Amino acid sequence: MDAFLNQTIDAYYLRIMIIIGINIILALGLNLITGVTGQLSMGHAGFMSLGAYASAILSIQLDAPFALALLGGALVAAFFGFLIGIPTLRLEGDYLAMVTIGFAEIIRVFFLNFGPGGKAVGLSGIPQNTGFTVVWLLVLVVIILNRQLLTSRVGRSFYAIRENEIAAESCGINTTRVKVLAFTVGSLLGGLGGGLYSHYMYYINPQDFGFMKSIELLNMVVLGGMGSIPGTIIGVVLLTSLPEMLRIVDEYRLLFYGALLVILMIFRPNGLLGDVRIYDIKKWWGKKGGRGT
Amino acid sequence: MFWEQLLNGLTLGSSYALIALGYTMVYGIIQLINFAHGEVYMFGAFVGLFLVTAGANIFVALLGAMAFCMLLGMLIERVAYRPLRGKSTRLSALISAIGVSIFLSTLMVLYRGPNTTRYPAVLGDSTFQLGSLQVSTLQIIILVIAALLMVVLELAIKKTRVGKAMRACSQDLEASKLMGVNVNRIISLTFATGSALAAAGGVMVGIYYNAVWPYMGTMAGLKAFAAAVLGGIGSVPGAMIGGLSLGVLEIMGIAYLSSSYKDAIAFAILILVLIIRPQGLLGQKLSKKV
Repeated sequence: MDAFLNQTIDAYYLRIMIIIGINIILALGLNLITGVTGQLSMGHAGFMSLGAYASAILSIQLDAPFALALLGGALVAAFFGFLIGIPTLRLEGDYLAMVTIGFAEIIRVFFLNFGPGGKAVGLSGIPQNTGFTVVWLLVLVVIILNRQLLTSRVGRSFYAIRENEIAAESCGINTTRVKVLAFTVGSLLGGLGGGLYSHYMYYINPQDFGFMKSIELLNMVVLGGMGSIPGTIIGVVLLTSLPEMLRIVDEYRLLFYGALLVILMIFRPNGLLGDVRIYDIKKWWGKKGGRGT
Repeated sequence: MFWEQLLNGLTLGSSYALIALGYTMVYGIIQLINFAHGEVYMFGAFVGLFLVTAGANIFVALLGAMAFCMLLGMLIERVAYRPLRGKSTRLSALISAIGVSIFLSTLMVLYRGPNTTRYPAVLGDSTFQLGSLQVSTLQIIILVIAALLMVVLELAIKKTRVGKAMRACSQDLEASKLMGVNVNRIISLTFATGSALAAAGGVMVGIYYNAVWPYMGTMAGLKAFAAAVLGGIGSVPGAMIGGLSLGVLEIMGIAYLSSSYKDAIAFAILILVLIIRPQGLLGQKLSKKV
């Protein structure tokens, strides 16, 4: 499959599509934490780097098969998400945001000094196992599982916490446990995305996972529409391809990117598809199809 | 050794405190983390550099940078935040702030290139002996200016009409509006004040560390935000104390622990404090309204 794609599609477009796929997995993880459960996390790149490094080290040092390396990376990130989530999720709003920034920075500095990860030089020679098929199969699986999760009882309690934490608590939801769960699953997806990333780039460096990367992911979730799976996907596609399209303006690229963020937020303050769910689109299609009046 | 490190820490901390004040004042009124604030600080440092290079006295340069950033802060608020106010979630405003931040740092990169520019030595540093302590005149000047600015700010907030309006707005924006406060003007003035303080911090850091570069605002902004949160975000004395203690602890950490973990130290302290005291050092614990 990959060999066929490599022949038919221009390498440049294939690359962008693979990166879009990886970003969708990462952003859907963040969407669970920030978009759905309403806990502002500005350190998602930290979990991505944990997954990237853990899976890369598994591949290089232990010769682990790709699937096992990916799983290991995702589990390491989920474990740390769980560990960090317990004490911090009782913090609120911007205090939580600050702590997540702090953890991501600490993780970055840790890898800058971590011998097996190559310190500041970075880690190279990671087998390039990530291809179009693997990425998009995983994207499909993640979307389906995400949808299942969000329509389940647990998923509804995620939304409930975002809408009103006190009301949710008084309805018998164990808010701390649910928040930690959302954070852990979100980190798991962050780690999975990180593993795919490192096995695609075959070279990683702590600076790849800095504050700007976390911000980029947050932009995708908020721009597309908080808490919506289709919205997140649109946000990812737009913000991943936008910088590529802006290559025509060359050095002014980031200038346009910054200005566009402001303009988009002014005209669509709640994101492009604020809170539209797959379910709503179906309903909308149904109406368009002319069933009933 | 210890006392010298303490003095170094206070010098660094006073720059954090000056930037943190802008974060905390804006946050106190409109609950927005103004992510463009670090870039305002960077612009302040550069405007100071231009004025000094053009031959201006350092104090003229300081005032010029502050005036420029006042206008810049008001412009940012007018263009990127005011259109969103009242009709969007706080997160959209945050993304808008991030957009402004990317825009401004890119603007400076396009103008000056991404590399470091050296600050001309304008104040001629000399050191003198104070007991067993080596003190540099530069540090003293920076500390005095920072202290002066903070005293002026404290007086302005406590004694003037505008200051009173600012305090009213941070307590309750809607009620202040009903009492006849021109809320938009007060928010604009808050941005102006915070930006001017950040500019002063920028010029002083430029002189002290002898270097400015377009991305200097990112890390400084993050750490200043950490300082504001440490002190209890929304609290003006909290930002001062948070900034100074973060600076001191960071320098102590570098001196006695390890310099390779420099950037992690500030955040580790912050996380520990927040786990023990979730509202920050001086923040008020508000009971939630149902």
